[in-house]
Amino acid sequence: MLSFENVGMRYGVGPEVLRDISFKLAPGSFHFLTGSSGAGKTTLLKLMYLALRPTRGLVHVFDRDVSITPRAELPELRQKIGVVFQDFRLIDHLSAVENVALPLRVGGARHAEIDTHVRELLSWVGLGERLDARPSTLSGGQQQRVAIARAVINRPKLLLADEPTGNVDDRIAVRLMYLFEELNKAGTTVVIATHNNALVEKFGHPVLRLDDGELTLRRKLGPAAEPRGSV
Amino acid sequence: MILGRRSDLPFERDQSTRFLPWIVALMVFLGVLMFAAALVVSNAVDTWDSTLTGRMTVQIPQSTASDETTQALAGILEKTPGVSGVRIVPDSEARALLVPWLGEGVVSAGLPVPDLIDVEIAPGARLDPVLLRARLAETAPDVTVDDHRAWLSALITLARTAEILAFAILALIASAAVIAVIFTTRSGLAVHNAIIELLHQMGARDTYIAGQFQIQAMMLALRGGIAGGLSAVLVLMAFGWIGRGIDAAFLPDMSLSIAGWLVLLLVPAGAVAIAMLTARLTVLRALARMP
Repeated sequence: MLSFENVGMRYGVGPEVLRDISFKLAPGSFHFLTGSSGAGKTTLLKLMYLALRPTRGLVHVFDRDVSITPRAELPELRQKIGVVFQDFRLIDHLSAVENVALPLRVGGARHAEIDTHVRELLSWVGLGERLDARPSTLSGGQQQRVAIARAVINRPKLLLADEPTGNVDDRIAVRLMYLFEELNKAGTTVVIATHNNALVEKFGHPVLRLDDGELTLRRKLGPAAEPRGSV
Repeated sequence: MILGRRSDLPFERDQSTRFLPWIVALMVFLGVLMFAAALVVSNAVDTWDSTLTGRMTVQIPQSTASDETTQALAGILEKTPGVSGVRIVPDSEARALLVPWLGEGVVSAGLPVPDLIDVEIAPGARLDPVLLRARLAETAPDVTVDDHRAWLSALITLARTAEILAFAILALIASAAVIAVIFTTRSGLAVHNAIIELLHQMGARDTYIAGQFQIQAMMLALRGGIAGGLSAVLVLMAFGWIGRGIDAAFLPDMSLSIAGWLVLLLVPAGAVAIAMLTARLTVLRALARMP
């Protein structure tokens, strides 16, 4: 599904923000990604969703070597990846429904199909009454739910979420986690970057921990269980 | 609402697009006028060419002219291979030709006017005016044969130069329009960079994003094209109306045919096509630099 081999990443001529990152994510796996602020979580996610190319090392996404995949074939890979951004990145002039429909439109889905799926999903995340609301009129938590709905609307094979429960109360956070687990059960590989230790403990999925640009795997929250690089 | 044609990119908030319709309107206005001028000149040249190159005028000076001589020359001309028609120009018609230049009073006051024979040459036939004159001179030594070539060729050269100049200016106008669209599109790319990156991450192909810029450019250019085109048509109609009031026999026909008016539609249509293509190529080039 996704593998990193000795991946290093630096911006410009600055220091490496990620060093010798090696891991593999099996299809249908569920991982949390944790680490202190500035540890490189967002950069790692960007490498996973193909917004960046590594400075060194190999990245395989859906068994394709990203460094030699022709640029014209990358959109097809990206359409299989759902991303929840930390800052939501909703489009202000579009309604909640239109924002969520975007990945389907980009993928060329038929209009009728889009309409049904989008309304159902927004109702499921508790926004059935705010379908036509603009993002600027929604609360932080509501915006986050729209962002999550947008990331999962086309049932991605890989779902990457950067602090997806950061702006919602515990009840909604747990509900969203159940949504991610449902997707995971349906075969989606999930990686969730979070600072919420309570959530990590509650759901008990393996943890990828980044510290100062280096990655370790812990089967559960607590002391490191395995050496860096072998997941 | 969800399936509406609203663009993913909020172009309506984009300040840089506000001036494009005005720029396109100005370009189309100038372009239509230039194109119309080129068409009028081209039509005039064609008219001169077709009416004069297939003709010669035989002129017998008044001093030696007589009905018998003129008839005899007409007879020779009718038998000359390559001549398809011979017409003795009536004296009244010959005088009428001079009225615009000399005035009614001078022409009607006994001005000596030569006898004229209008010779029509068969299509594809070639007649040497020197040889023809030599043959006619056996009957009327002072006769002259004018094939209009001397002044016509200079006039056609001048007209063709004007025509080329008009098309060159049209090309310059089109180039300026291309530059304006490139700057507007680049500005749009910078303004909407965050949304473009988002669409890109979702797997939008470059053509999907370029298509949105292309439609936006089309709408802006269409708005400007219609305004500029209509303004130019009004100006041309005003020119036509003023032209009809001028009694100038020496001027060519300045009016445009229906086909000419239809051809003028090519200018706004061309502006729209240029804007769309330029926007598309500009976006595709810029997106090719993204990972």
